[in-house]
Amino acid sequence: MNLTLRIWRQKDSNAKGQMVDYKVTDISEHMSFLEMMDVLNEQLVNSGEEPVAFDHDCREGICGMCSLYINGEAHGPDRGVTTCQLHMRMFKDGDTITIEPWRAAAFPVIKDLIVDRMAFERIQHAGGYISVNTSGNTQDANSLPISKIAADEAMDAATCIGCGACVATCKNSSAMLFVGAKVSQYALLPQGQVEAAERVKNMVAQMDLEGFGNCTNTGACEVECPKGISLDNIARMNRELMKAALK
Amino acid sequence: MALDSKIPKGPLKDKWTDYKNHINLVNPANKRNIDIIVVGTGLAGGSASATLAELGYNVKAFAYQDSPRRAHSIAAQGGINAAKNYQGDGDSNYRLFYDTVKGGDYRSREANVYRLAEVSGNIIDQCVAQGVPFARDYGGLLDNRSFGGVLVSRTFYAKGQTGQQLLLGAYSAMNRQIARGKIEMFNRHEMLDVVKIDGKARGIIARNLITGEIERHSAHAVVIATGGYGNVYFLSTNAMGSNATAAWKIHKKGAYFANPCYTQIHPTCIPRSGDYQSKLTLMSESLRNDGRIWVPAKLEDAKAIQQGKLKPTEIAEADRDYYLERRYPAFGNLVPRDVASRAAKERCDAGYGVNATGEAVYLDFASAIERYGKEQAKIHNIANPSAEKIYELGQAIVEAKYGNLFQMYEKIVDQNPYKTPMMIYPATHYTMGGVWVDYNLMTTVEGLYCIGEANFSDHGANRLGASALMQGLADGYFVLPYTIGDYLSHDIRTGKIPTDTPEFDAVEKEVKDRIDFFINNKGTKSVDYFHKKLGKVMWDKVGMSRNAQGLTEAMAEIKAIREEFWKEVKVPGNANELNPELEKAGRVADFLELGELFAKDALNRAESCGGHFREESVELDGEQEGEAKRDDVNYAYVAAWEYKGEPADAVLHKEELEFKDIELKQRSYK
Ligand SMILES: Cc1cc2nc3c(=O)[nH]c(=O)nc-3n(C[C@H](O)[C@H](O)[C@H](O)COP(=O)(O)OP(=O)(O)OC[C@H]3O[C@@H](n4cnc5c(N)ncnc54)[C@H](O)[C@@H]3O)c2cc1C
Ligand code: SF4
Ligand code: FES
Repeated sequence: MNLTLRIWRQKDSNAKGQMVDYKVTDISEHMSFLEMMDVLNEQLVNSGEEPVAFDHDCREGICGMCSLYINGEAHGPDRGVTTCQLHMRMFKDGDTITIEPWRAAAFPVIKDLIVDRMAFERIQHAGGYISVNTSGNTQDANSLPISKIAADEAMDAATCIGCGACVATCKNSSAMLFVGAKVSQYALLPQGQVEAAERVKNMVAQMDLEGFGNCTNTGACEVECPKGISLDNIARMNRELMKAALK
Repeated sequence: MALDSKIPKGPLKDKWTDYKNHINLVNPANKRNIDIIVVGTGLAGGSASATLAELGYNVKAFAYQDSPRRAHSIAAQGGINAAKNYQGDGDSNYRLFYDTVKGGDYRSREANVYRLAEVSGNIIDQCVAQGVPFARDYGGLLDNRSFGGVLVSRTFYAKGQTGQQLLLGAYSAMNRQIARGKIEMFNRHEMLDVVKIDGKARGIIARNLITGEIERHSAHAVVIATGGYGNVYFLSTNAMGSNATAAWKIHKKGAYFANPCYTQIHPTCIPRSGDYQSKLTLMSESLRNDGRIWVPAKLEDAKAIQQGKLKPTEIAEADRDYYLERRYPAFGNLVPRDVASRAAKERCDAGYGVNATGEAVYLDFASAIERYGKEQAKIHNIANPSAEKIYELGQAIVEAKYGNLFQMYEKIVDQNPYKTPMMIYPATHYTMGGVWVDYNLMTTVEGLYCIGEANFSDHGANRLGASALMQGLADGYFVLPYTIGDYLSHDIRTGKIPTDTPEFDAVEKEVKDRIDFFINNKGTKSVDYFHKKLGKVMWDKVGMSRNAQGLTEAMAEIKAIREEFWKEVKVPGNANELNPELEKAGRVADFLELGELFAKDALNRAESCGGHFREESVELDGEQEGEAKRDDVNYAYVAAWEYKGEPADAVLHKEELEFKDIELKQRSYK
């Protein structure tokens, strides 16, 4: 395949960015989207230009590092996948593909297609843990039975890879799906209930502080989430917050 | 320097307890005056950072990603072992210890492995308390599965995402300490060298990957937890950024590098489909429970398949070679990882591979689908079921067991594995070799520790499934926090370590000079060009099967690639900005040295062991004819290499391995 790539180039967080067009040729339909980007970058290096910076690491859909807003969609046109799992067979010879970084005030651009997602980390520092000592002198794991249903539901919430597609795709740049998933995992398990109220209050307060927008229930986040995190988690977070407020 | 493994005296089962009873402790008030640097925040570094901070030390943690949660540990699928004996099937610390030493082909250290087995149960307790959502049965108790041919069910798991959940657990423990200010986290920072003062590790030089700034950080001790070096092969199941830089730099500053030639090759990965390929994807080994592995029996059929003229389903049963069942009738498709990998390569090298590159074998579920289908028809009392009905019933069972893996395969390969057999091929997966450490996990440099996949200690020549996660967390949560205290107890009066010293000046200059070289070199070839070239030599000559001639050639070829690299490498952009090409250049430069030492170590080890088939070391007759031959008389040692300039000049030190509690036996799978 031969393609035209329209890519956002931005030198650093202070510079002004712009779209630049590049051509790539001989792209195999078996390549992943990021391998196609590798081809472009090899071409740029060979011609003495600076390659396009983009985030990636595991390339198997689990680390949450890759991002990319492709033709107006977070992680591109396929459903339930991250950009590293998107394959070129989703595109046609001659296509023009627009590639941009995540767009959200709370995710400032660092360079080209790389954004700063530290806001997510700070939300977790604010309460994403159970206050247990790491000494190993905890009680035997089976002395705390947990129903299979609760464990499975907690696992579903915990599957979030922290990629930020939910924020990028939301017209309000809301982080509710991510935070909802984080709060839910702990809310569904008996461990750490003691500090449940404080946890949800602190995490939500930090989320607001970071400048994420509000949720208006459009549900776009759920559609674009590569891990199928459900909107139920947002509802659960709101319930937890209400409970906490009443305490 | 003579190697002292510092293994405590006394009976195996009491060593760790006695050790803990007698080491020096640091008073809590003094811990506040002690700084520790932890490089890497995967399972090993993350758990260590959290625990050291919890104990009261000031921790500075470094990682090249933007968050600890993205470390490569996140990718582990299968599970984590622990000798809990919840299933009542006879598991015990001794049995886990025994399986691990045997699985490692008797090339690991008994005392370390026993300790690992001993603390394994605590890991599960700890993680559950932190909210890790392990799989549960309907009674609400923890569920287990069995893994990699052991006879008990001791593997704990969280769907196919165990590594992810364990890492998030360790990160949550870190979060608590970050919030308290006890961990200072340096994301997007790469350690580029270690600084020694009076022979002790006292700090590191790191690059802020966003601004390019070179920073000095001091501490009373430095812990390296930077993972494995499998990317020396270019293609591996490792994350793209996984690198050997920290381990290699400390090697050059005096830390011995042990058993570099031990890597694990995993048999069930999705094959390479072309030259553009950037990495390989692992498929869980559990697939081998039901899939049958074969290639065409006739060379002309294989050729036709490679050219796309024939489909696997068109090959008659009689014209298929189920080579594992043929060669290993007792274990069949369930032989261990090393045996399965070698056998696949042997068939492909002989020309029988089944994809365009000739580097793939089939993993076929047709007979499993039929078997399950017939069984279901009986269970549901369906008389004379049609072939379609049987297929439908059977497919449902296979889907329930492996559905997510089949889906992942279809996404990548664009073929439906229910209808046409999967293609698989071995890929580099885990590195058992690494920085040499003693029982305290200290390297040959005082105050410099190494934990997790980056060290060499617990796996011998091969690693059983579900044991790497266990080692990472054991080191970080339960071993290092004790052993490092013993060392730091001598440092309570030292005070802050200044960074404006000649030692820091000198190392910072080395680091800066190297970066300046890359930016200013007027080369013509990209970093990836060299990395791919190195990877090809490594795979062809230093891969699964090796011989003296190939290894000698490989050493010379790698040296030549290295020389070309330093002349011709081209790195665009600047040093004072985010520059992924510059990051890669530094890492590949290190791989180009490590690769040569790797080949040298393989050349020295003229025995076959673990996944490493030395063509000259084969059983010649008897039941094991043609199989790998280990040589305990001459090679029951850890090869620890001392840096002396060029990798070819490295000096070998041997740590003789003693097996007092286990009898050395041949591994047989016939
Ligand atoms: C696909 C796959 C599946 C696996 N499945 C299993 C399984 O089911 N069970 C099992 O037991 N094991 C499994 N393993 C093995 C296991 O996941 C790893 O061995 C283990 O997670 C390694 O942990 P670690 O903490 O040592 O290193 P890593 O998790 O690799 O962490 C390395 C850390 O070092 C940092 N780093 C590296 N270099 C630098 C530097 N120079 N400067 C600063 N930071 C640096 C990184 O940022 C990262 O934080 C699997 C491995 C793979 C690849
Ligand atoms: S909720 Fe989904 S889209 Fe949002 S960060 Fe988590 S995985 Fe990504
Ligand atoms: S690179 Fe890890 S999820 Fe895409």
